[in-house]
Amino acid sequence: MLELRDVSKIVAGRTHISDVSLQLEPGSLNVLLGPTLAGKTTLMRLMAGLDQPTSGSVLMDGRDQAGVPVQKRSVAMVYQQFINYPALTVYENIASPLRVAGADRATIDRKVRAAAELLRLTPYLQRLPLELSGGQQQRTAIARAMVKEARLVLLDEPLANLDYKLREELRAELPRIFAESGAIFVYATTEPAEALLLGGNTATLSEGRVTQFGPTIGVFRNPADLITARTFSDPPLNTIELEKRGSRFVLEGTPGIPVPGRLAGIADASYTIAFRPHHLSLRDKGGGVPVEARVVVTEITGSESFIHVDYAGRRWVMLEEGIHRIELGETVRLFIDARHLLVFDGAGRSAAAMPMAA
Amino acid sequence: MARIDVKGLRHAYTDRPASEADYALRRVDHVFEDGGAYALLGPSGCGKTTLLNIISGLIRPSEGAILFNGTDVTDLPTEARNIAQVFQFPVVYDTMTVYDNLAFPLRNRRVPEEAVARRVREVIAMLGLEERANRRAQGLTGDEKQKISLGRGLVRADVNAILFDEPLTVIDPHLKWALRTQLKEMHRRFGHTMVYVTHDQTEALTFADTVVVMYEGEIVQIGTPEELFERPRHTFVGYFIGSPGMNLLPATLDGTTARLGSQAVELPGRPAMQPAGRLQVGIRPEFVRLGREGMPVSIGKVEDVGRKKIVRAKLEGEDISVVIDEDAEIPAEPHVTFDPAHLNLYADSWRLELGARP
Amino acid sequence: MNKTWNNKAWFLVLPVLALVAFSAVIPLMTVVNYSVQDTFGNNVFFWAGTEWFEEILHSDRFWAAMGRNLVFSAVVLAIEVPLGIFIALNMPRKGWGVPVCLVLMALPLLIPFNVVGTIWQVFGRIDIGLLGRGLYALGLDYNYVNDPVDAWATIVLMDVWHWTSLVVLLCYAGLVSIPDAYYQAAKIDGASRWAVFRYIQLPKMHRVLLIAILLRFMDSFMIYTEPFVLTGGGPGNTTTFLSIDLVKLAIGEFNLGEAAAMSIIYFLIILLMSWVFYTVMTNYGTEKR
Repeated sequence: MLELRDVSKIVAGRTHISDVSLQLEPGSLNVLLGPTLAGKTTLMRLMAGLDQPTSGSVLMDGRDQAGVPVQKRSVAMVYQQFINYPALTVYENIASPLRVAGADRATIDRKVRAAAELLRLTPYLQRLPLELSGGQQQRTAIARAMVKEARLVLLDEPLANLDYKLREELRAELPRIFAESGAIFVYATTEPAEALLLGGNTATLSEGRVTQFGPTIGVFRNPADLITARTFSDPPLNTIELEKRGSRFVLEGTPGIPVPGRLAGIADASYTIAFRPHHLSLRDKGGGVPVEARVVVTEITGSESFIHVDYAGRRWVMLEEGIHRIELGETVRLFIDARHLLVFDGAGRSAAAMPMAA
Repeated sequence: MARIDVKGLRHAYTDRPASEADYALRRVDHVFEDGGAYALLGPSGCGKTTLLNIISGLIRPSEGAILFNGTDVTDLPTEARNIAQVFQFPVVYDTMTVYDNLAFPLRNRRVPEEAVARRVREVIAMLGLEERANRRAQGLTGDEKQKISLGRGLVRADVNAILFDEPLTVIDPHLKWALRTQLKEMHRRFGHTMVYVTHDQTEALTFADTVVVMYEGEIVQIGTPEELFERPRHTFVGYFIGSPGMNLLPATLDGTTARLGSQAVELPGRPAMQPAGRLQVGIRPEFVRLGREGMPVSIGKVEDVGRKKIVRAKLEGEDISVVIDEDAEIPAEPHVTFDPAHLNLYADSWRLELGARP
Repeated sequence: MNKTWNNKAWFLVLPVLALVAFSAVIPLMTVVNYSVQDTFGNNVFFWAGTEWFEEILHSDRFWAAMGRNLVFSAVVLAIEVPLGIFIALNMPRKGWGVPVCLVLMALPLLIPFNVVGTIWQVFGRIDIGLLGRGLYALGLDYNYVNDPVDAWATIVLMDVWHWTSLVVLLCYAGLVSIPDAYYQAAKIDGASRWAVFRYIQLPKMHRVLLIAILLRFMDSFMIYTEPFVLTGGGPGNTTTFLSIDLVKLAIGEFNLGEAAAMSIIYFLIILLMSWVFYTVMTNYGTEKR
């Protein structure tokens, strides 16, 4: 088990990582989700031992890793750039960590072939990396990380430089590949969709802090705070600040939004109401709260439409099934799906986690 | 602004192409209408960037001609074509301020300084870069730099076309949304002919009115996002557009009935002539209904991706994906039915037009 | 960025520190020792204090040599830097021409200083040298042994021939690292050749250029071997640079104290100038951030 205890990293007076505590189990896939500069790479470097924390400690199976050089740790890393030895064949590339470890010929051959099979590289073993497509190059790099049989495998946006479709295919394959190894996987990405496709656990990062850590779908559905909800939302999260009075969130010109039953007990105050774009719709799917908004831009993907609307100066995005060509500037009636409302208090904490007033 | 005709374009990067495979562009004929928003979509190596660079004049085609408003510009250098281009990695002149960056293309063309100032101020306001105007471009973030690259195209009121070469690759997901809508607004406002190269279907489909899908140096389909989604002309388009891509199931034809193993599917019509070659039925995962009736399937894996679930199943031994709602339940004895309006039939990968019922 | 911290790393640096102590610090201390004393040989020393320094700083001979050094460095930099940039800009970026050009460029750098001096000494001779004979045949009154201008021209030419390559190679390295998109964007923006140089190539070369200028300044300011071989400091004292003067003073006149004081001043000047150069050049790129 890899454990980070109150890890902070401060470089030249600037905080890169702030008080991160995480426990990562063997055989688990852990996604670090956050925008560029949120601290994903820094956190990975700390896990790998390439950097030392300014304070706090990194423990592997309960042993403090401070002072243990990277070479002596059981770590493999895959980067956004496809890093392979250009002069070595795919076979030799995959074999390289085993050769360094001094494995015998038969073992090397067995492991290389197994990894190649797993990553569908068998037909290309005798080729040079630069003769392969980007996806195959990255698979080679991943295979090299796998044969090392490291306890900790770090993947830093490994699919970012690949074509969309290739990304989709590798994303579907990766969980299977990971499941077959017993290592701790840490996977950094900026894309919420990628985290959801990979599953496992997700830690959302914002400005060097881990805002929430837990099973991916749980973090997505029940974000602990507004920052997490924003980080984990693509298209962007829709929000509005409203006053709670009794059983309703007051919204001028409408009957308001009924406070969901599960939150009936929260105190009357100002709240940020948030909902994801697919919970805003042109039709009432049951329990919908009607609002009127002006259409700013529509984008059509063929099966879905993204309709950007302006509601009292706020920009919202609606994700609607099917094709909807709506005149720009037109005012349309929309329904907010109240069942999936996220409610945050003034400090941005989820109201779902608040003590109920009786 | 201009209408761009490309006629009989072929291009090989080698001097003496020996075979068809040496051509990055095999044969392209197309008309980009004045003021249209086009996307060139395809995987890496499909020739889309080559085509873009031929339009901008950075590459001279091996064969064929490019016409701007009917005038042959094949032999004109880039600077004489009066086009703008935004690249994958933001290109900014590091030592200049944001203002000077935007003024650069105008000053190079000896536009009087007061006209430069007026135009640059306008574009800066449009891009929301007012506060950065006098800062050096070097220290800006990726999306700001990309806005500057775009801005350098926009300052020239009279450009024939604005070309985009995967401009959002290095931008964080939530900023992509903002930049993309900004692009759409610019297009609406100025009506430039825009050509946008990407491998990302969402970007292509949301940006363009007309999407040109390319594969192995050729155009496989030109159409609106709906057409590409609902009636892919080639199985490649079916696979490439949509996530997951279209389900393709081997079939035999019996009148208007397609037989999938021991199951039968009624087609909306009969193909004009008796098809030859390998037959496949194509149905998008979005148009497969999962329920208690229809053809029995065995379910392999359910991927909960937040706003929907992707069910991976087997139908008559063939892989099939089904997209269901986030709240939908999976029945104990799962069966599938296909929406007949969205069935497509392919012979040797090309779509057959299904006429009315006899 | 701080990497893995591990104090053992200092042990790896130890041999180098020891070597530097032996090769630089200890000899330097000896020089300092000489500079504050006087001797007439036989290992008898008298305390002289700052006398030698004062004498040097008031000596016309020192300032004349110093002036020659400054002029020489200025001339050499003024020729080599633009010429180096010009050649680097015109070198091929791809194809078979690249290795050929690189080898040709590296060639002069591989030749030892004294050999360069000897080559040019022979090359410039009016009786058997190709250059000297050629110029003579053209009716030019060329003679680097007697004519100060000819001597200077030959030394400058020799230095340019020897060292421009260094500037070229460094600039070339800077140039090839510029992504193609920059040139393409510049074409689209309608930038002139000069604008491309001024706003793309120069900013991207700025760092390597700084190193090139620094290296060429330090090196040219310390010039010794080539003029020593070619002219021996003549005719008269017209090519007597500080280093040559120093050797004359120390070995020729056996004026150890004065020579030591002079070498310390010389050393401090180079240190100061390099520091000034470095600060000015690094700040130039970052001032308005």
